[in-house]
Amino acid sequence: MSDLKVLIVDDEPGIRSGISRILRNYRVGYPFLEEDFGFTLTEAETGEIALEILEKQEIDIVLLDNKLPGIEGIDVLEQINKRNYDTAVMMITSYASLELAVTATKRGAYNFVPKPFTPEELRGAIESITKHLFLKRMTKKMSETARQIRFQFLSVLSHELKSPINAIEGYLKIMQEKQAGTSIDDYMHMINRSIERITGMRSLIMDMLDLTRIENGTKSRNLKEVDIIECTKMAISSMEPMAIQKNIKILTDFPASLLLTADSNEVEIIANNLISNAIKYNRDNGTVTISIFTDKTNLNIIVEDTGIGINAEEQEFLFQEFMRIKNKKTQNISGSGLGLSIVKKIIELYNGTITVESQPDVGTKFLVKIPFKAQPV
Amino acid sequence: MNSRKLILIVDDDIDFISQIKHYCEKFGYETMTANSENEALELIKTRKPDLAMLDLMMEKDDSGFILSYKIKQKYPDVPVIIATAVTSETGLIFGVESHEEQQWIKADLIMEKGVRPDQLQREIKRLLKE
Repeated sequence: MSDLKVLIVDDEPGIRSGISRILRNYRVGYPFLEEDFGFTLTEAETGEIALEILEKQEIDIVLLDNKLPGIEGIDVLEQINKRNYDTAVMMITSYASLELAVTATKRGAYNFVPKPFTPEELRGAIESITKHLFLKRMTKKMSETARQIRFQFLSVLSHELKSPINAIEGYLKIMQEKQAGTSIDDYMHMINRSIERITGMRSLIMDMLDLTRIENGTKSRNLKEVDIIECTKMAISSMEPMAIQKNIKILTDFPASLLLTADSNEVEIIANNLISNAIKYNRDNGTVTISIFTDKTNLNIIVEDTGIGINAEEQEFLFQEFMRIKNKKTQNISGSGLGLSIVKKIIELYNGTITVESQPDVGTKFLVKIPFKAQPV
Repeated sequence: MNSRKLILIVDDDIDFISQIKHYCEKFGYETMTANSENEALELIKTRKPDLAMLDLMMEKDDSGFILSYKIKQKYPDVPVIIATAVTSETGLIFGVESHEEQQWIKADLIMEKGVRPDQLQREIKRLLKE
């Protein structure tokens, strides 16, 4: 059980002990939380004592009377607000007026319970303030995590963009100083590498824009009946030159046509990424097999290659942003490291899943399952 | 007998390797290169370099530190340079100047990537006591 510290600020001992009795064994629970919240109580008979306690201890909830002998409750509230304590305040007072309620709310009080109150009223108010506090803290934590993830993303991104810039700059300097000879042919390798790095950087920027648009929901979607088979065939034909270079055979096993309500651009991204990966990470003279079929509930797309494979440790991080498997076999394969993470995000837009099965040096199989509404034609 | 000193260059960026190799050979050194921590460990099994220049982030974010530690374990007298872009990218600042840093970073010099060739040559000469 989590304990919340409650500070009761009231000059009447009867009220303080009454509230203590009501809350001592009271619990507040959330259906989705395993633990209930319980309350530990501290009492203060004046505003001055309350501020001293708040300075020394972390207090979660303050139950604050307004009519106090010295400094008034509403001024204690102002201090709490100024000092930015992570505390929720509830005013309890018998001289409740609209003016006081307005001032209290302006100064950040969460709610207002007029005296006299029944145990049920107090418990109800405590339940609501507890939930408010919990949600407030959760939201804060989540936005901190989001900031952290954003920072990590930007750090990796700047690394991924800076590496090609450094590489190109380095080659240009060598050329500028004519360090490798006086003929342009002496620099062909460096020129070609620079062009390759620029191409890579451009594809990274394009992928990143896609990813950002999908993530913040600004990518406009045009949902209509799309023929998955036609899209796949188009992807295959655009990848054919790359397959021919490595003498890779592309085998297909799918019906003549299969309709799905989808955005054709998104289907193209999925097909292009999966098929180009299957070719890029294949061995020479290998095979890529693409099977598409439906079962009772899903459209299934399976893309299987006979390539270098992915070990279990790497599979775990495969769909993460900027994940690129780095080893001798992959060092000359270009890619942004965003393709699979984009594919996964798109598939999730269709409530689908993507999984991978792979064995190093044997091959990799990607399985996409999308719950479908359309019927095969 | 080959009298040229041997520099081990380890980086997962093949263009960075090709450029550092170009400069080191121009300075008169022999080079051997590796693309990863594991590949470098294989290389040093059979040949002892006179100096090693390592990238920091390779297979893992701290591959350079680990490799540096392993090189020093095997050849304590081989100077190690770690070349990295981490500081300018993450704001994470570290070096090998303080005693505390030397306790965990087993390198002789941390260099920012994008280093000028003359500066590189000067540092290599200093570490090789030439």
